[in-house]
Amino acid sequence: MMEIGLNHYLVLSTILFAIGLVGVMRRKNLLLLFFATEILLNSVNIAFAAISHYYGDYTGQMFAFFVIAIAASEVAVGLGLLIVWHKRHGNIDLDSMSTMKG
Amino acid sequence: MFEAIAFYLFAFLTIAMFFITVTTSQALYALTALASGMIFISAFFFILGAEFLGAIQIVVYSGAVMALYAFGMMFFDTTRDVKEKQGNKMIVSGLSVLSAVLVVVIFAAPMVSENITALYPIAEGVGNTQGVGMVLFTKYLIPFEVAAIMLLVAMISGIVLAGKKMDLSLTMMSDAEIRDMKLDQTKKVLS
Repeated sequence: MMEIGLNHYLVLSTILFAIGLVGVMRRKNLLLLFFATEILLNSVNIAFAAISHYYGDYTGQMFAFFVIAIAASEVAVGLGLLIVWHKRHGNIDLDSMSTMKG
Repeated sequence: MFEAIAFYLFAFLTIAMFFITVTTSQALYALTALASGMIFISAFFFILGAEFLGAIQIVVYSGAVMALYAFGMMFFDTTRDVKEKQGNKMIVSGLSVLSAVLVVVIFAAPMVSENITALYPIAEGVGNTQGVGMVLFTKYLIPFEVAAIMLLVAMISGIVLAGKKMDLSLTMMSDAEIRDMKLDQTKKVLS
């Protein structure tokens, strides 16, 4: 209990991943949906860093760096698209984007 | 001992903050709870001895990404309450538990099956930042460059999509307007 091992971190990462999944499934506002995806990416980063520490390997940290880079670019492009959609339609609800017509 | 106390404290704080993020109906509460959760996550990286990753987490997430979200929220109407999807709660919670169990299996399977040997072992006698730099700029140089190109593409697309001259942007105009604009340009060139 007092000795923190790899399993503690993996369980924590899984709990956070489940919270993010609940957020993705119940959110209707697209901005808050983006928040939930950030939670998903961060929970995976914890698992990568923990495995990197307990196996004495740098690969996990490298993957965490690339995940952070991808998350940053995802936010930039996603918010740009969201701003365009909001200027056109006046809302960012997920239900209003059910059709593919521009 | 102190590691255990720190782990449980930050685990509780992180879970509480992210729970607030996915359950609150106010967008501003969600934003601030997410930002604090990001900072608490960087504490795990410091506990695990990945200091550079923790610093990057604070700088990129709570610096850049949260500022970008706060900037984007100025465009949207965030004062009204957020409407939630009226779905079946049983289906949602069941799917979440199933996915979480799947993630555990994915992580646990390679460890149970075989002994993992370190591909790039943590170097002795150098700090975390130096070791990360040595591995990143020798073994992971090509992915590093590709990530740089991807960030450049994201930056250009962000400027194009959310730029100031939005009324002249091709992404906001209908086909007829674009045709008229091109006709005007050719007229100007000819005259």
